[in-house]
Amino acid sequence: MSGDEACAEGGMAAGCSFFAGYPITPATEVAERMSIRLPQVGGVYIQMEDEIASMAAIIGASCAGAKAMTSTSGPGFSLMMENIGLAAMLEVPCVVVNIQRGGPSTGLPTLVGQQDVMQCRWGSHGDYEVIALSPDSPQEAFELTIEAFNLSEKYRTPVVLLSDEVVGHMTEKVIIPDSKKIKTVSRKLPKKKPENFIPYAHEEDDVPPMAIAGEGYHVHATGLTHDELGYPAINADAQERLVQRLIRKIRNHVEEIIRTEDAFLDDAEIILVSYGCSARAAREVVETARADGMKIGMIRLITVWPFCERKISELAALERVKKFVVCEINAGQIAYEVERCAGGKAETILAGFMGGRIFTPEELYRVVREAAE
Amino acid sequence: MKIRFIDAEAPPASRIFENLAAGHGDHPLDRYLKKGRIPHIWCSGCGNGILLAAFVKAMEKGNFDTKKTVVVSGIGCIGRAAGYLDLDTYHTTHGRAIPFATGLKLANPKLNVVVISGDGDLFAIGGNHFIHAARRNVDITVICSNNFNYGMTGGQGGPTTPLESKTTTTPYGCSEHPFNLVYLAKASGAVYVARWTALHTHELRDSIIHSVNKPGFCFVEAITPCPTAHGRRNKLGDGLSMMKSYRDNSVLTTELDPEETAIGLKGKIAVGEFVDIDKPTFMDMYDECAICRANAPKKSKKS
Repeated sequence: MSGDEACAEGGMAAGCSFFAGYPITPATEVAERMSIRLPQVGGVYIQMEDEIASMAAIIGASCAGAKAMTSTSGPGFSLMMENIGLAAMLEVPCVVVNIQRGGPSTGLPTLVGQQDVMQCRWGSHGDYEVIALSPDSPQEAFELTIEAFNLSEKYRTPVVLLSDEVVGHMTEKVIIPDSKKIKTVSRKLPKKKPENFIPYAHEEDDVPPMAIAGEGYHVHATGLTHDELGYPAINADAQERLVQRLIRKIRNHVEEIIRTEDAFLDDAEIILVSYGCSARAAREVVETARADGMKIGMIRLITVWPFCERKISELAALERVKKFVVCEINAGQIAYEVERCAGGKAETILAGFMGGRIFTPEELYRVVREAAE
Repeated sequence: MKIRFIDAEAPPASRIFENLAAGHGDHPLDRYLKKGRIPHIWCSGCGNGILLAAFVKAMEKGNFDTKKTVVVSGIGCIGRAAGYLDLDTYHTTHGRAIPFATGLKLANPKLNVVVISGDGDLFAIGGNHFIHAARRNVDITVICSNNFNYGMTGGQGGPTTPLESKTTTTPYGCSEHPFNLVYLAKASGAVYVARWTALHTHELRDSIIHSVNKPGFCFVEAITPCPTAHGRRNKLGDGLSMMKSYRDNSVLTTELDPEETAIGLKGKIAVGEFVDIDKPTFMDMYDECAICRANAPKKSKKS
């Protein structure tokens, strides 16, 4: 099946029972699959009037206890930014699939890009942390959609599945395991009685249990800065406590969240950094370059956000590591992160492509060979 | 980078509940309000408190299940209403209360979902969501506090500001035609449409009870005085004078075509129930068209 369809199947396997979306190429197949699958299990599929409404609806559904998701591409992702901030502020688990296409603006509806990486990190106003996962195959799109739900439920935060048109539209074999073998996580629910329950109390892991609408907890959730009871508190103290906790609940758990696929890092002098469809070409380049005797290694970001800062810093500090070559289909997004983390101890080179097609291994190999000279 | 945030420790649970109950329970309807949330933020003479009281009285008289009644609001003065009610309440983003409420209702159809928001929130930034929720006939109730301007931001013109009306952004008089909300709601497909003023507290209460009990998309417009912003700039007097003008100018009618119910800066205000029809809700149709067909036993090829 296609990567898009695999996303939908991943959502179903994770226990998603609510999907709200709006048609957009190249993500429409996620919605189409969901419109077939959800009624089969008594779930709700609804096509909303736009992506703003889609995002609002999945947050509402999640507040009513459903595992909820939406899917879109660049232009729709821009519209979702407002309520991604709401989900971060209300701490509502939900999954947003972004099948990236070339931009800016309407750009290349049917062709690939990886230009939404920084928007994914910083797109909604204010300070918040986000989790984003990037699959490089339909099989991984299936698996990471489940993972996206699990992380969002665990940390009460929106999670983005940051895929791309190539992975979304590519058809490969996808193995769906028996449902009993799929690990799913559900949000912590309150153990205390409603009268003793403090909705935004500071728990050890900074993730408070979530009261569901209709269970008698009478919670108030507001996008305004709020105190531990959830009441609006328009002052610096409440802001400090709330926003620090929102940041901390992700930053203190980055080691558990971050996943990468590493190759030949033991002796690498040049390290390719890539993700999503770009990583497929990068992998071939690593094989070719190794066969040619080059000491090259590779990091594939499975978790794009939070970024693997520690890994890059530690590698950059090694005498033998000379250069990072970041290959991505944009004018430099993750490359800036790599450069920042390398801290001047190793050079960062961007192999950038503006989108419209995936680059060939030969094109990327030329950049790597130049770097090696 | 070494990060050093300012120390910010959460207060202990005992302190969080401290003083919360002070004065709570003095009024018999306090049981519908959250502890420690009153006094509210609204100006003297504002009608939002009356609307909130009408909602609370509807809860009592209509015997609403507080466990299953959920209120969603958007942004603006009346958006704060959600935070005063001792229910599950959600104060969302500007204009997005209706799609948020749609998600809540469809994910748990047993909930009574009520949106309480303002004219700018529901009909300018959220206008598209209103017409589509009405078209789908999502089983929610939308209550609009219509004060003809953006009060929270100091009184700017909006989608219901009458022609010639002065606001901070229409200093020479409003040159845009306003929405007639009753007509818009009917045309969009609402199954129940009523309009009252803040003076019609009993009628508001009864319309809210009827709406919550009625399946489908129900709309109640409450004309609300905003003496601080809209009233002052248009020389409409204080809150009491504006209420008197509602008494003098309200015309109770069920006969009038919704098209004929537009409101001007001064003059008559048509009030009453304008639409009350039955139509299958979104979930009725979804169950019939999608869920039943998706789960119907497949016909075998041999007959």
